[in-house]
Amino acid sequence: MLAEENKVFNNLYGQNGVTLDIAKKLGSFADLKGILEKGSDFIINEMKASNLKGRGGAAFSVGMKWSFISKDDPRDRYLVINGDEGEPGTCKDRELLRHEPYKLIEGIIIASYAIKAKACYVYIRGEFAEEAKVLQKAIDECYQDKLLGTNCLGLYDLDVYIHLGAGAYICGEETALLESLEGRKGFPRLKPPFPANCGLYSSPTVINNVETIATVPAILYRGAKWYSSIGVENSAGTKLFCISGHVNNPCVVEEEMGVSLKDMIETHARGVIGGWDNLLAVIPGGASTPILPKNFCDRLNMDFDSLKGAGSALGTGAIMVFNKNTNLLKVIHNIVHFYYDESCGQCTPCREGSGGALKLLNKFMNNQGTAKDIDALDNLVGRTLGTSICGLNDATVFAVKGFLKHYKDLLLEKSIN
Amino acid sequence: MPKIIVNGKEYQVDEGITLIQACDSLGIQIPRFCYHEKLPSVGSCRMCAVELKGAPKLVSSCTTSVFDGMEVVTESDKVDQMRKTMLEILLINHPLDCPICDKGGECDLQDQTYAYGLDRSSIDVQKRSVEKKDFGPLIDSYMTRCIHCTRCVRFCTEIAGVESLGAIGRGDETEINTYVGMAVTSELSGNIADVCPVGALTNSNYAYKARPWELISTETIDIMDALGSNIKVDSSPLAVLRILPRLNESINEEWLADKSRYIVDALRVQRLDTPLIRENGHLRSATWEEAFETIKNNLVNLKGEEISAIAGNFNDVETMFALKELMESLGSSNIDCRIQNILFNNKDTSSYLFNSQIASIDDSDAILIIGSNPRKEAPVLNARIRKAYLSGNVKIALVGEKEDLTYNYDHLGENSNILQDILNEKHNFAQVLKSAKKPMLILGLGALLSDNAEMLINLCKAIANKFGLILDDWNGFNVLQTSSSLVGGLEIGFVPKDYKVGVHHILEDISVNKIKFTWLLNADELNFNKFQKNTFVVYQGHHGDAGASIANVVLPGCLWLEKDGTYVNMERRVQKSYKCVSPIGQSKEDWKIIRKFSEVIDKALPYNNLEELREKMSQYNTIFNNINIEPAKFSYDSKADTNIIGKSLLNIIKNYYITDVISKNSLKMNECTKLFVNNKSK
Repeated sequence: MLAEENKVFNNLYGQNGVTLDIAKKLGSFADLKGILEKGSDFIINEMKASNLKGRGGAAFSVGMKWSFISKDDPRDRYLVINGDEGEPGTCKDRELLRHEPYKLIEGIIIASYAIKAKACYVYIRGEFAEEAKVLQKAIDECYQDKLLGTNCLGLYDLDVYIHLGAGAYICGEETALLESLEGRKGFPRLKPPFPANCGLYSSPTVINNVETIATVPAILYRGAKWYSSIGVENSAGTKLFCISGHVNNPCVVEEEMGVSLKDMIETHARGVIGGWDNLLAVIPGGASTPILPKNFCDRLNMDFDSLKGAGSALGTGAIMVFNKNTNLLKVIHNIVHFYYDESCGQCTPCREGSGGALKLLNKFMNNQGTAKDIDALDNLVGRTLGTSICGLNDATVFAVKGFLKHYKDLLLEKSIN
Repeated sequence: MPKIIVNGKEYQVDEGITLIQACDSLGIQIPRFCYHEKLPSVGSCRMCAVELKGAPKLVSSCTTSVFDGMEVVTESDKVDQMRKTMLEILLINHPLDCPICDKGGECDLQDQTYAYGLDRSSIDVQKRSVEKKDFGPLIDSYMTRCIHCTRCVRFCTEIAGVESLGAIGRGDETEINTYVGMAVTSELSGNIADVCPVGALTNSNYAYKARPWELISTETIDIMDALGSNIKVDSSPLAVLRILPRLNESINEEWLADKSRYIVDALRVQRLDTPLIRENGHLRSATWEEAFETIKNNLVNLKGEEISAIAGNFNDVETMFALKELMESLGSSNIDCRIQNILFNNKDTSSYLFNSQIASIDDSDAILIIGSNPRKEAPVLNARIRKAYLSGNVKIALVGEKEDLTYNYDHLGENSNILQDILNEKHNFAQVLKSAKKPMLILGLGALLSDNAEMLINLCKAIANKFGLILDDWNGFNVLQTSSSLVGGLEIGFVPKDYKVGVHHILEDISVNKIKFTWLLNADELNFNKFQKNTFVVYQGHHGDAGASIANVVLPGCLWLEKDGTYVNMERRVQKSYKCVSPIGQSKEDWKIIRKFSEVIDKALPYNNLEELREKMSQYNTIFNNINIEPAKFSYDSKADTNIIGKSLLNIIKNYYITDVISKNSLKMNECTKLFVNNKSK
């Protein structure tokens, strides 16, 4: 379990209030100038050394991502913050936007300085209107305090803009987000070229999750060594976990990587409703990660490797708990319906495949499914894996595959003849 | 040039192309739905995915550029699996109504499923059905068949330059629709049916008419505008069923204008199918012998200067040449093909041609349009200007009526005086022309009709000369003709001896009875009030209209699709058209009518077949021998009078859809007029 002094987010619940002065008292902007003066190379190397991996779900090394921005490219560079938190079960960025906006802004300043960006766009999902207001207030304060604007601390120019999305899940995919930001329909772009080379307005762009960037100041203040010492091998540092579903106290909590799932549910969420033995299954990292039955959960640690070993993934750290009152068929149907609904419609596998999967599941919901349909579903999702432009289709595939792996019997029970 | 390895074999390919282009050029087949060589790639159908060494997943070959040392595999289990999967899931929602679909037999989805797909699917679910959309009178839509490749959307936004199509909705519920249900407002809209890989968008003229394998295809050319677009005519033994564009990079690329495509329904309407003779004020049908005898009787006692001939639109060069020789044998030089009464000098060839050639628009870096709306006068050419505009390397300016040309341009004003200012370098655009490397001007017929044509041509020549529009390998002086037969007529000298005498002089002579006999060759756009009661009029043509209604004798000729002929387009490109269907009724090939008549009056023309006639034609003018365009030499006289009047330049075409006797009789063109011209808001 994470020791109190190792917590990155000491105002996660807004318990101390949310103003710039309070944030400063809590340590934000303590020695921003000192950090920046160490230079962009130092910052990027420190980030690499910290082993911080992207917290948006894809878990790509942050320092690596920043280092991809070419140093002598004459084009403008952009930092884009992905606050389009839409993965079902995930609500960590919302807490950060509400209560830790100053850590985010400080992270933005450091990251922008490291990649020499003069503008940063924070893309926030439209439903987070109140959170956007909080962040805007924080940004305004920072402008007043000369932390943002021109010639700040005598070191940098930086403008931060908030852009509200219009409610499409796909706009959380980084290239679709860029398209949306540029004013077009949120269609993911083909890669390559990658955003580091050709991103926002065809310029080098770094896109990071809110949580990732908000973690940056702590790492630089306390050192990469400190950060990488927390957690387990390959999964360094702390992570916000969102525990929801059949628990007594659904919550967002900061924990160290590699923490035991059972401990976390028992301690922070005050246990599964009906007790641990009433647990049926857990989706450990947001709707797209494969579901894990209880027998996997008893000794499961929450880090990249352990979850991979169990056949699932850490994703965004959104733990959804289902107790034995749950109809898992309805769960998977709901998840597939979500992906069907949120498919952008650009490429074939996702547009037609998610529809096909949903319609097959509909048959089971209506007690019309057959054993042949189970094979068809398995075949359909299996064959579309990795064929689409972005990862949305793969999310559907993983969810369905995980379900079929452990709960095929549920469908067989339901099927006619 | 990069070397790539495809399926284990090494090839050298052009730099900067995509993998699918490279494979196309090497003859390696890759299936595709969303990719179209003339449209920007989106890589969304995933059908063209291939294995690329070093890439973790299959890559779409339409969006992957070739690079040196690239290793790809286009035929493997993995690729095959991908193709099968894509086809299977595309067919989850496709209605499979091939037996009643117009695209059946020439459908990309059908063909590729046959070649790469499975013969059955395990996914047994309710199919999606989509409401039929109203895309206007020219396009029928069956959106249930749509596979969302967005070729039509990309065509409209990129090529046609109208943002009327788009994809609304998301995911499975994506639908291609027009903006709030409006029709597709482009003169090129028919092409979206061509680019559609399935039967979602089809040609409304051709609906349920035939199966592609029953059609007789003839490759020929279009004559509805002066471009000479290359077309493929599909017909049954009796009638033309549809007209499709044919690839010609120098002229129309892959596109065809709507008027050229949709006049199919007018080809057998209001046709002259039997000779007619006027008796007691009414036309009655007659035999060819009777008709010729009547003409002969009215011709016998006339002197050469009392006889005239006027050629209108749609005439092949052979017919005009034969008529010219007939008139010469009768001692008449009152002949003119410049029915619009713009006195082009047929001796100064470059003064009436599109000298730079159409394809050079791509290379031009400054275009000055004068008194023209290319969007209506030559939609396909306008699409080229738009292409150049999108490349971002060209500055476009217009003197004349301000209209939506689908691209941005500097509107310099309406008055032709601005051209004087440009010549005298009082106008900013002079500097643009001066600094451009390949500047061109496009002079419209509207300008020539609005102001003094000769002076305006002189003025434009002076501009061309002064600002470097004329270089060793570049002639940027362009006239945008609208009639397919005018250049041909000028090339064989179907004009009076003095080019300054024009149709209006002939009409004056008719009105004072100096001319007593006139032969109208498809000439309908004339001021017939000038005709006297005792003027004897022979009308030779295919559609009954103004000309036939005042004629004393009507000789039924053929449409260009019913005979072999030669046409010269506005670049001076000599092209042959070929017979696609038989002439209707008793109508005859036009040159044969004239040849036969010459025999009746004992002045038999010296050719017995088309080859001999063409031989004579090419003796008269060598351009008919050439396959390539013979460039015209630019002539410039610094003392020439450039004193234009200074008038507002009005465009020649107000209603694109109805401009001539054929389009006048087309139901579709009339529907378009109703919708797009008379009642814009629908």
